This record gives sequence, structure tokens and C-alpha cells, in this order.
Amino acid sequence: MLSVSNLHASVDGKAILKGLSLDVPAGEVHAIMGPNGAGKSTLSYVLTGRDGYEVTGGSASLDGEDLLALAPDQRAARGVFLSFQYPLEIPGVPALTFIRTALNAQRRARGEAEITAPEFLKLARVKSADLKIDFEMLKRALNVGFSGGEKKRMEILQMAMLSPRFLILDETDSGLDIDALRIVSDGVNALRSPERAMLVITHYQRLLDYIKPDRVHVLAGGRIVASGGPELAHELEANGYERYEQAA
Amino acid sequence: MVAVRQTVEHVENLEKYKHGFVTDIEQDFAPKGLNADIVRFISAKKKEPEWMLAWRLDAFERWQAMDEPDWAKVSFPKIDYQDSYYYAAPKEKVGLNSLDEVDPDILETYKKLGIPLREQEVLAGVIGAPRYAVDAVFDSVSVVTTFKKELAQVGVIFCSMSEAIREHPELVQKYLGSVVPVSDNYFACLNAAVFSDGSFVYVPPGVRCPMELSTYFRINAENSGQFERTLIIADKGSYVSYLEGCTAPMRDENQLHAAVVELVTMDDAEIKYSTVQNWYPGDPQTGKGGIYNFVTKRADCRGDRSKVSWTQVETGSAITWKYPSCILRGEGSSGEFYSIAITNGRQQADTGTKMIHLGANTRSRIISKGISAGRSSNTYRGLVSAHPKAKGARNFTQCDSLLIGKHCAAHTVPYIEARNGQAKFEHEATTTRLSEDQLFYVMQRGLSQEEAVQLLVNGFVKDVLQELPMEFAVEAQKLVAISLEGSVG
Repeated sequence: MLSVSNLHASVDGKAILKGLSLDVPAGEVHAIMGPNGAGKSTLSYVLTGRDGYEVTGGSASLDGEDLLALAPDQRAARGVFLSFQYPLEIPGVPALTFIRTALNAQRRARGEAEITAPEFLKLARVKSADLKIDFEMLKRALNVGFSGGEKKRMEILQMAMLSPRFLILDETDSGLDIDALRIVSDGVNALRSPERAMLVITHYQRLLDYIKPDRVHVLAGGRIVASGGPELAHELEANGYERYEQAA
Repeated sequence: MVAVRQTVEHVENLEKYKHGFVTDIEQDFAPKGLNADIVRFISAKKKEPEWMLAWRLDAFERWQAMDEPDWAKVSFPKIDYQDSYYYAAPKEKVGLNSLDEVDPDILETYKKLGIPLREQEVLAGVIGAPRYAVDAVFDSVSVVTTFKKELAQVGVIFCSMSEAIREHPELVQKYLGSVVPVSDNYFACLNAAVFSDGSFVYVPPGVRCPMELSTYFRINAENSGQFERTLIIADKGSYVSYLEGCTAPMRDENQLHAAVVELVTMDDAEIKYSTVQNWYPGDPQTGKGGIYNFVTKRADCRGDRSKVSWTQVETGSAITWKYPSCILRGEGSSGEFYSIAITNGRQQADTGTKMIHLGANTRSRIISKGISAGRSSNTYRGLVSAHPKAKGARNFTQCDSLLIGKHCAAHTVPYIEARNGQAKFEHEATTTRLSEDQLFYVMQRGLSQEEAVQLLVNGFVKDVLQELPMEFAVEAQKLVAISLEGSVG
């Protein structure tokens, strides 16, 4: 599925990723943990093609296709989805309109027929109920005046509706209380499948109690400095990142 | 990002202005230049009565003593008023009763623009689709007005101004110049002297006009100006919704469009006036050509509880200088102004409204959405005033500006005057830049850069778009998208 090799990237001329390599096979969930400033969010932006994140070396591919040559919307159409740490407010655009526009843009890009209005509404009702989102809320402008938890749930709803293949969750647990965390995690776990892969970026081990990773990687100083099974997360929780930062 | 750059370049190479074609037909011109004889020529061409000619000549004399205003935040080379044609009309066959007599090239022009001139074409449309009557003005003359008979059955007069002057002189004499006086301002005064055609509407007491009325203005001739004059009177307890649309060919020289629109509402009457202005904006790179849109639009809410609502979508013109206003004279009368003004390339817009509260308990509401992109400049200029008798006057103003890119400018110039202690005015203003964060967020969900800009801009202007009649709202939404093509790079 995702294959990243010796990736270098800089922001405003400052090198952030310095030779990052990572493989996430289909069907697996990998966690990326690391201290502040290690390059976790940079990795998510480089993989999704954000302007200003300049790739200076290395490669990243999805199922063998060079991701770095594609525009952000083309990557989205190929199934790359980023759940934002800080979802943006979109004034004047109802959540339903937003999601439908996105879904149809992706379908068009893939040469598929657009979703019909009844089909779409049915899907939206089912998926919002799963995430315990009041359907009326989807008629409001996306994320405008929503609480932090509501915004995160809205990210997961978009993910469920767009049905991506490669999912990146950037600090999805931040700003969530324990009930919301459970709902969001259930939503994410429901998307686990042999055809999909996920990259879960987090500071804390807490989220990984709910979304159980197959592999855990430590990102420090712009590189993956250690990899292991789920037990690595517990080890980090107990001992912190200090020794990895020194290693980096 | 290579792919994004390619997309932007591709879009830049598209033909952005889709109405830029020229119709090649034989035209009648007045000799070039402006003097009293030209004024007489125009009046004679239109077979006008003596009083109308006297009115024009008086205006022309006053205009010669006036100076071009220079207070707007726009700049352009000095206009040579002698270097233009003040009358251009398709040869013969004008003011005919049957559409079959109209020059086929002109019919083709409107067909290309998507304006239905054949009533049966409108009728043959989708069942239940809203119908609307059209007055089509081509350069200096009205070529056809549809649905006149059906409207006449309920007493509504909808015709060209030239026809109104001949057929309804008592109404024209009573109201023409009563809202915008002859010497109100430089461009209005010029218009009074040389105005060519435009629409006239009279809705009798108690009548709700059974369909949307619209006028479609087309400038075609080279080196000519268009000076239309529109007058709409809504008598007691009546209602009418009116829409105007404007396009012009792409030409290298600037063309002057100096229109005057006067609206009068009597007791309990309401006029809803919508504009979708898409004059040729000039070359986006060099700024060459384009229409100078210097327009005076004013409504007089003469009657108690009367109401006027202006909605405008301004996307075209090289320069826009326009302030659709309401004089709230009648007690409890109300005025609304909803505006979307988009500037891109090298366009300049200085637009807004005046709400003059004269009567007690008058209300007004202003929602202005300005969008600047490219190297354009966009100014909102507005006046809200309450006179001593306007006790209990209320205004709410919301003025939002959106900047796209780094080389454009937005300005907000509100004037507020309250001359009594019981007026309540609220003013809110915001200026935001279309954020990279938002754009990326939307693109990450699968929209291309252009689609992302459109989505965000449509969200920004939604409050105003929903004020437009349904079928035009869709049209306006498309226009917004086209106007902003290539705005992000």
C-alpha cells in the first residue's frame, strides 16, 4: 500500500524530514508517535501534497503510483484521506453540500457516475447515526461554531462517507473527552479492512488503547528511529521520548 | 507543485469572457461626437415630442457646465467625450410588432446569449418553470419586448422607454427625472441629454405583476456608448420583480455605459430590482479595453410602508461606479441592498448604496460582499443617514470583503449621519483573505483548486445569492465561478 523511502522535506527552507522511510501494507494500522516538532504533521502534509511543503529527496508511493507527482485533489481521488488535527471552518457551505461536492468530485476524477441525491442522503443518515451526529447539524455550515469534539466527529463522518483507502489520522484524539473518543474510535475501527491501511499520528498512547495498531514507529528528528509492536507505545508512555531524541 | 501550476495555466488559457463576440450587422450611427445637434438627431430618430427634446437640450446645457466627479477610488485616462458615437442602432426594422421582422442576426445574438425572445420558447419550457418577459436593448434601441399583451391584460405597462414617451407621455412627464434630477451628477446629466433606450414599467394599483420582467442590454457597436434610461413605477399596493442583464463584445477601447434607473413606489408597493452585470471587463493581463460602467440608480419610496430591494451581482466592467440607493420618504418604508461585487484582473469597482431615511420608522438593510482577486481594486462606499423627522429609523449594515491572492485591494468607506437621537444604526465589517489552510482542506477532500475557490466563494456570497430570483441565482453562481477562473496562482 504506502511505501515511503528516504523522504526529505523542508518548510520555508528548513529541513524537517531527513530521510524518513516507512512501509504500511494493506490491512494494517500503523501508529506514528513522537515528540513535538519531530515532523509528524509535516509527514501528513507531505503525503497529502500541501503547498509550501517542499520535497527535496526520496519517494512516496501508493500501490506503486508516485504520490508526490499528484495534486492534492488527485491524491484524494486515489483514496488518500487526512483527518485534520484542526479541521477548518467553511462558512456558508452546509456540511451535506460540502461532503456531496467532495464525493462527486472524487467520483468524477475516477470516471465513476455521480451519487444521486436520494442515495447520498440515505448514506449520510446511516453514517451520521453511527457517529451519533444529529442529522440537522449537517445542514449547518461545516465546522462553523462546532465544538472541538464535533469537528473531529465531522472529520470521521467525512472519512466514512468518502470511503478512502489510505487514512491518515493527525492527532485525532486531541480535544476529545472519553465518550467522544470512544465514538470516534468506533468510527475509525469500523473502517478497518484488508483493503485499507491507516497511519495514526499521536502524542499519547491513550488513543492506541482504542485504535489498536499493528506497528508503532517513533518519529524523531525527521526520521523513524525505532519501530516495534504495540508494546512500543507502552514503553514510550512509561519512559518518554528523551532517549530517542538523543538518538536522532 | 507542478500539477497545480498546470491546472492554473490551463484555466488561464481558457476564454474567460464568454459573451465577447461581435454581431456583424448594418448599423445606423449618429455622427461621431457630442453637441446640441447630436441631441436633436437622437430625439428626431426616436420621433420624440417637443417637450422631450427641450428636456434633453436643457440637460445638455447643464452638463457642459459640470465637471466629471473625481472622488471615487478609481483611476482612468481622461475620457474624450467627442471621440464616441452617441447613437447606434441596427438599420431599419426597429420597433416592430412581430419578431419575424427583426433582423435574424440580432435574434441569433440573443439566442447565443441564452435570452428567450420568442414567447413560445419560454412557454415550451419545463412545465411550472417560471416565465419572464424580456425587453431586449441592442446598442441604442429596444428591438423587442415580449409578453406585452399578456401583461396589458392586467394593466401592467412594459415597453421600451422610446415607446413610453410616445404612448404614455403623461406618466413619463410625471415621473421622469423625479427621482434622479437632470443635473444630479455628471453622468446622470449626460444620460438625460443623450439617453437612447431602456425599459419602462408601470404597475397599476393593487396588481401583483404575474411574471418576472427583465431587460437585456447588449452593447455591440464599436466606439459607441450606451446610455439607457429605465423608469419603473409601482402604484399603490402593487408588486413587481425586475431583472437586468448586461454583456458586450471584447474590444480594445473602453466604452462608456452611463445609465440612469429610477424607481418609484407608492403606498404599500414593492419593487424588487436585480442586476446581473457582466460587461466586458477588459484584458485581465494588460487592462486594455472594457466597459466604464458609470451608473446612477435610485429608488424613491414615496408611499408609506413601501419597499424597494436592490440585488446586484457585479462581475464585469473595467470600472464600476455605481450606488443603487433608496430615499425612504414614506412612513415605515424600507430599503434593502444586497450586493456581490467581484473584481479580477485589472478591474476597479467603487460601489455601494445610499439609504436616506426621511420618514419615521423607516428601515434599511445592507449586505455587501466584495471579492477582489488578481490586481484588482474593490471599494464599498455607502451612506446611511437619518433626517430629523426620521424618528425610529433603523439600519443594519454588513460589509464583508474577501481577498484572493496578494496583489488585490479592498476598501470599505462607510458614511453614517444621524440627525435625530432615535435612529439606530448598526455597522459590521470584515475583511478576510481566502486562506491557504481552507483551500488545502477543501482540496484534500478531492476538489481541484478552481473548484475549491468556487466552493469557498459561493459560501461567502450565499446570503446575497439567495436574494436573487431562483433561475438567475443559478446563472449568477456560474458567473461567479467564471469571473474567478485563474484567480489563484
